[in-house]
Amino acid sequence: MIPELGHFALILALCLAIVQSVFPLVGSLNRTPSWVAMARPLAYGQFVFLAIAFAALVYAFLSDDFSVLYVAQNGNTELPTIYKVSAVWGAHEGSLLLWVFILSAWMIAVAAFTRSLPEVMVARVLSVMGMISIGFLSFLLFTSNPFARIFPAPLQGGELNPLLQDFGLAVHPPMLYMGYVGMSVAFSFAIAALIGGKLDTAWARWSRPWTLVAWMFLSIGIVLGSWWAYYELGWGGWWFWDPVENASFMPWLAGTALVHSLAVTEKRGAFKRWTVLLALLAFSLSLMGTFLVRSGVLTSVHAFASDPARGMFILAFLMIVIGGSLFLYALRAPGISRGGGFGILSRETLLLGNNLLLIVITSLVLLGTLAPLLYDAFDWGKISVGFPWFNSMFVTFTPLMILLMGAAPLTRWKHQDGGELLRQLRLALLISVVAGVIVALPFAAGTWSAGLAVGLSMWLLTTLLTSAWRRLRHRGGIRAIIADFASRGGRSYYGMWFAHLGVAVFVIGVTFVTQFDVEKDVRMSPAQEIVVNGYRFRFDGVSPHEGPNYLAQRGTVHVSRNGREVAVLHPEKRTYKVQTRPMTEAGIDASLFRDIYVSLGEPLDGGDWALRLYYKPMVRWIWLGGLLMAFGGLLAASDPRYRLRMLAKLSGKAAPADPLTAGGQA
Amino acid sequence: MNPVRRKRLILIGLMVAGIAIAVGFALNAFNQNLMFFYAPSEVVAGDAPVDHPFRLGGLVTKGSVQRLPNGLTTRFQVTDMAKTVTVEYTGILPDLFREGQGIVAHGKLNTHGVFIADEVLAKHDENYMPPEVADALMKSKTGKPANGTAGTAP
Repeated sequence: MIPELGHFALILALCLAIVQSVFPLVGSLNRTPSWVAMARPLAYGQFVFLAIAFAALVYAFLSDDFSVLYVAQNGNTELPTIYKVSAVWGAHEGSLLLWVFILSAWMIAVAAFTRSLPEVMVARVLSVMGMISIGFLSFLLFTSNPFARIFPAPLQGGELNPLLQDFGLAVHPPMLYMGYVGMSVAFSFAIAALIGGKLDTAWARWSRPWTLVAWMFLSIGIVLGSWWAYYELGWGGWWFWDPVENASFMPWLAGTALVHSLAVTEKRGAFKRWTVLLALLAFSLSLMGTFLVRSGVLTSVHAFASDPARGMFILAFLMIVIGGSLFLYALRAPGISRGGGFGILSRETLLLGNNLLLIVITSLVLLGTLAPLLYDAFDWGKISVGFPWFNSMFVTFTPLMILLMGAAPLTRWKHQDGGELLRQLRLALLISVVAGVIVALPFAAGTWSAGLAVGLSMWLLTTLLTSAWRRLRHRGGIRAIIADFASRGGRSYYGMWFAHLGVAVFVIGVTFVTQFDVEKDVRMSPAQEIVVNGYRFRFDGVSPHEGPNYLAQRGTVHVSRNGREVAVLHPEKRTYKVQTRPMTEAGIDASLFRDIYVSLGEPLDGGDWALRLYYKPMVRWIWLGGLLMAFGGLLAASDPRYRLRMLAKLSGKAAPADPLTAGGQA
Repeated sequence: MNPVRRKRLILIGLMVAGIAIAVGFALNAFNQNLMFFYAPSEVVAGDAPVDHPFRLGGLVTKGSVQRLPNGLTTRFQVTDMAKTVTVEYTGILPDLFREGQGIVAHGKLNTHGVFIADEVLAKHDENYMPPEVADALMKSKTGKPANGTAGTAP
């Protein structure tokens, strides 16, 4: 009964989506206020029905209702409760339901926090979002119904993929989807503005906080995915240039470009067409990510299904969205006014340079991701693109980007005097070059790439400090800065500050872990000791261990240094009861400056085991950097200037909730 | 042309030129980093490159896995049901590596025709067969390529 209610709610949501995509838009064009006014209630209605559908599926999992096919495939009575909930989005159908549910959450966020915007604009934005919703809801209902029944119902379910039975992976998809789907808001704002033919700085100011929040969620999602891969896949890598990772990385890169380009459009009115294109691109890449992951054209852990009907549906949808939006763009682009001019040396130029670099990187990642598909389609052979290529390409473009990134915050809009800029950057440049050279010298790290990375990170850090120092002097003291930070505008500046600091931290982490990690695959007998990078590892054998739904071989490894015990690690080799596949669970001793990572390979004869003993310096900085970037995004989005008009309107009442936190809870 | 426009044109020209050069390098490197896939029959026939790494895929022959004593080197045979190639790998094999399982290995041929693998992949799904492997198996069975979508074991 409950699953049928869920199914029915999905159908009702689709009906509402159809109405929402037509009436408010038409009403906005032929000036029918009553039709325009329908937008918000329709969005709320859709959210309610999708919430019912989502709750119905959660309920089916919690009550182990194996008469529902999807639950029978992915649920199990022995799953711990948290994984029963996360199993809802553990496979194809449920993850799409999560996708539309999150879309409707973004819709009500838009409906609720845009009271200060013109009604016509809001109506158009919600209409466009309604169209996206139609696409996904019909995809769900016609090709991948999560509520389909199975008869006779099995007594026990097939269980969630053990790899996904993990906290990191329980929260990774919702975060990532918040980011993916959030890009639809920037997209819808762009389309709405194109429909109206009016692209102005107000449009950029309206879509900026939404883009920042979506970008923040995308960052967190990617960080979680990388962290999960590191500790769960059992071989200590944190990024594999796997097509599915690339699928989340490309919208992030385009989103990063968009965030910066929107800043230029808002402040200076320049780059309008470019910004619109980026908004279309970021969401198209999000959709393509969904297509790549869900259609099964790429085979990996993430590709749940390989059903051609689904693939064709998403492909057609993708073509309609991209083709339609580019067509609209082509119609409107000639009418978009030019923005303010700027000199050769100006913040605009530096941001433009960085935008181009980001798009070049995005295109190269796209090439590397799609090339195997193209080669296969044209029968040129079966290829894979080695990840040394991705790495070398990254190492080529990132330093350029960081150079510009350090200078841009100290450069004036419109026109910057070269000599003045050089004076400001002198000290930073000196410190970073000296730091880089020292690190590169033989008695320190002794490699040029480490020197370069440290130099670049120092460059970011020192330029950020210079910029903060200048702001401090300009504002007149630390108290003014704190007041500035806490209440008035300027948060977008501090957001930039933290996000860029995150990049510096990230670069340090990546460099140290790739340059100085020590990885040893060894054969060990019980009681044997092996020293890796000054750490003494003693293997104390393996004993059986029983978990809630798995049996494990649990190893014990004592790690000591200079005679003092550092950690006792328990790497496991698990066999899940239902799916009987082996799973490696690493033993990790984490700290800010290094991780000790031990995982069990396979049993060899005579009680020996193959073990991986890894020393990973500063690997945490990679994710810390990512989180700092996300925090920067949050801070920038919470800049009160995005809410000024709303505050003015509501003055006298209590201050409204922050659009951010509301977006986050929805 | 007014000076502002000219300036902007120079600027854009410089940026485009710089990026074009960098992209040129990237594409060149791209061609060198492509790893082609070969089935055991093609390797035995001598189609596979001798000095360039490539990917080899097929089923692990039953009863062929042999661990060399006192180390982590494993020697096994990979087959497409027509021909077999001997593979040597030093390191820890993936969890799902088993006899009869489809795998893909990255590496190079040595002078004795043994494939020295630096990476062995077996995907995290016991029903999963790497599409290249499924295709190669179909090819050796029927003599012509099977198009495309392979998600399951034969």
